[in-house]
Amino acid sequence: MNEIVRDRIDVALTVNGEPVEARVPAGQHLIDFLRLELGLTGAHASCEHGVCGACTVRVNGDAVRGCLMLAAQADGAEVWTVEGLTDTGEIADLQEAFVARNALQCGFCTPGMLVAAQELLAREDAPSRAEIREHLSGNYCRCTGYEAIVDAVETVATARAGKGGA
Amino acid sequence: MTIQFGNPDRPNSYIGKTVPRPNAPRLAQGRGRFVDDVVLPRMAHVAFVRSPYAHARIGGIDAAAAKAAKGVLRVFTGADIAEVCTPWVAVLAHLKGLKSPPQHPLAIERATWVGEPVAAVVATSRAAAEEAAALVEVAYEALPVVTDMMSALDETTPVIHPDLGDNLAFRRLHEEGDVEGAFAGAHKVVSARFRTARHTGVTLEPRSILVDWNPAEGQMVAWHATQAPHMMQTVFAKHLDVPESRVRVICADVGGSYGIKVHVYPDEVATAAIAKIMGRPVKFVADRLESFTTDIHARDHVIDARLAVDETGKILAMDVDDWTAIGPYSVYPRTSAIEGNQVVNLCGGPYDFASYRARTTVVFQNKTPTCQYRAVGHPIAVAITEGLVDMAAAELGLDPIEIRRRNLYADDAYPVTSPAKMRFEGLSHHASLNKLLELMDYDALRADQAQARKRGVHRGIGIASFIELTNPSPFMYGIGGARISAQDGCTVRMDPDGSVVALSGVTEQGQGTEAMLAQIVAEGVGVSADKVRVVTGDTQVTPYGGGTWASRGAGIGGEAALQAARALRDAILEVAAAMLQSEPGRLDIRAGAVVDPETGEERLSLEELGRIVYFRGDTLPKGLPRELVQTRHFITSDYPFAFTNGVQASYLEVDVETGVVTLLKHWCVEDCGRIINPQLVDEQIRGGIVQGLGGALYEEIHYDEEGQLLNGSMADYLVPMAAEMPDMVVGHVETPTKESLLGAKGAGEAGTAGAPAAVMNAVNDALRPLGAQITEMPFTPERILRALGTIES
Repeated sequence: MNEIVRDRIDVALTVNGEPVEARVPAGQHLIDFLRLELGLTGAHASCEHGVCGACTVRVNGDAVRGCLMLAAQADGAEVWTVEGLTDTGEIADLQEAFVARNALQCGFCTPGMLVAAQELLAREDAPSRAEIREHLSGNYCRCTGYEAIVDAVETVATARAGKGGA
Repeated sequence: MTIQFGNPDRPNSYIGKTVPRPNAPRLAQGRGRFVDDVVLPRMAHVAFVRSPYAHARIGGIDAAAAKAAKGVLRVFTGADIAEVCTPWVAVLAHLKGLKSPPQHPLAIERATWVGEPVAAVVATSRAAAEEAAALVEVAYEALPVVTDMMSALDETTPVIHPDLGDNLAFRRLHEEGDVEGAFAGAHKVVSARFRTARHTGVTLEPRSILVDWNPAEGQMVAWHATQAPHMMQTVFAKHLDVPESRVRVICADVGGSYGIKVHVYPDEVATAAIAKIMGRPVKFVADRLESFTTDIHARDHVIDARLAVDETGKILAMDVDDWTAIGPYSVYPRTSAIEGNQVVNLCGGPYDFASYRARTTVVFQNKTPTCQYRAVGHPIAVAITEGLVDMAAAELGLDPIEIRRRNLYADDAYPVTSPAKMRFEGLSHHASLNKLLELMDYDALRADQAQARKRGVHRGIGIASFIELTNPSPFMYGIGGARISAQDGCTVRMDPDGSVVALSGVTEQGQGTEAMLAQIVAEGVGVSADKVRVVTGDTQVTPYGGGTWASRGAGIGGEAALQAARALRDAILEVAAAMLQSEPGRLDIRAGAVVDPETGEERLSLEELGRIVYFRGDTLPKGLPRELVQTRHFITSDYPFAFTNGVQASYLEVDVETGVVTLLKHWCVEDCGRIINPQLVDEQIRGGIVQGLGGALYEEIHYDEEGQLLNGSMADYLVPMAAEMPDMVVGHVETPTKESLLGAKGAGEAGTAGAPAAVMNAVNDALRPLGAQITEMPFTPERILRALGTIES
């Protein structure tokens, strides 16, 4: 039994396009690994039980709750956080739209919100406001009342569609 | 020289324009710096052992297993902390009779609510501290529990604090006019029992603090997610015996506050005490269960209220009996009596009537302490008032708009003093109502509602007028003896490159304080907004001030910034006049250059002026003042508070089969005086509305009879999410306060103040043809089905 349940596990993954090798505590969540071990503090831990979405990061192409996934499970994975998505410019238009529309106040939920929004926009060319609201309904925002966020995402969807689609 | 606010083409016009927030791109790129992002060398982490009982005597604490656990550095009990930290008593002298027992950072003899900290475990990681905290064995002896507010004062109810004699924390009765006579002679009297549920703020960033004690310097530095850094500086200094000048509180980015983070929390003070004892940095970040059991709660009220009207619908009298329970302690230093006090102050607020009686009874109980949360007391007072006004309209067969028109203070009536003895300088109820009706197209909505009813669809329209208390003077806390600053200051400095730095005592909590201040300073000095850098949230650097509470940032902090900016402008022009052999009055500053005001021709750039002042001061006349740093402080003086006003409307649909309420649309027109940044104001209103909608439809903290919190997770405590929220139309009327040059009043609470009442009235408008009415929030499907008689009461 002790051999099966090890205290620490070796992982090798890519984070924001860079290779990472680490020995992680078996119980450490991905969000804690990113924040504490790699210093990627953009995504946040908030509810720590998978409800609020502040820890949302991209793992192998999907928006994932960083507090529900163990770091050990990320072995071999491709992980992107808001820092990496900023560096590549992939979400630059979303970020600009959020700033222009004041779709953030305290900004604590914003990195997770952006990853979730980008997932939707990568999938849907022209989501309706209702679809945007539905897709973001796993991400809490206690400051804005959501309307500005929906506006910003809708603006980007329209702009991207005008450029020939995402 | 005053600013011609009415002229949109004036030079350097930023006040009144939507300008991007300078800190928003940083936050959108994940480059924020919240407390939990800060890591210091030798930093340790603390986790708290919390009482699982609502009321229990604390026997022995066995920490042997915890101390032996991996990574554990120390374990502290209440007695250990009490050696370095004095207890506090949260009373205010002007709230006569308010009492509360001394409170320690960690409970010593008794735990009095589920979640009260009783021991602290310090370890090298948070995970290790949490694991070891579970190993601490506390011998609890369960004591009788007080949970029900309405029986808290009964003789048979146990007294939570025997030294206080009873469970009454505070009672206030305010009476004006002939209330009994008015009710006796009234044409109609309507009455109801209202209930507003226990809420908590659910800030996305949990309460967080990192404290470093440097014994070599005798200095304490706290990185703290707080709204009031100077207040916390004073509190740490006083209770931990450190000179105030040797305490520095830094609040950089704060992830949501809404009043939750303006209070003194035992576990945060304990963290500071532990850092002082251990002589190293100690971090505490609450987990979500801790947030639910220890962040302050609010709004737990039961109110019996009645309203008397004559045949024409004119309000004659209002009578309010408000009860609230605050947990086992009044919360330091603002006290937990303010919310009930506000209910007394604000009921009936928009209306011109003579006779008013309101009583608030504030009792102790064994639940999480309650205190000020966004729009303190407002949603309660507005719901009572607007609920009764709609009931009276229905009794008289009047339209809800018409009864309001007959009773709202006339827009030319000011200044007036309300029967609650609140002084209104200038409000715009009728103009706001008219604008609202125009925005929502009231007649068309009524037609849509009638059409829907024919299809068996039950829609409702709800209206709620409100007043909002902002820009508080020392009459809020200072006169009661609390060291909470109502004044605020701003230092504005020009650097050699002609750029400007503004240091302000008000804080940024995401509402856009720094953008607002940058706009004011840019216009006040005469530079472009991108040339202004704003520094807030560091008590070692900024002028002493109050921080963020009661919507004071723009009205108080903004005015201080404007005055400091104008003073810096004058100082610059004095130097410029000497250089240009001109008179200061014959020069102006526009877009970062000293110009001829007549022609606009540039005479000297601020960069060149800066070069000469800072590096070639020898070329200036001897004795010429060259203080390119100016500080001004501001405090209101003529009115204790700047009241704002507004009106909201909700359009919604009630599914009478399931009891589910669907919000269709929401409107708000408010008057916050001078608007500095329209977009930021609109988004404050929208965010506030949604917090109010949460209170109306979803949010409710549940306890059982033993004082166990039943829904301490985000999965169980419902808050509004994107999918359920409506689009919101926001409009404005501007009545600047004459208390300041800027004329700004607050806008942070208005949305939250009026939204629940608008929803309540809309639900009841929908249910009225079915003979049902609800007054207990939140309006859950179950409560609606009970009101409809679908479920037995």
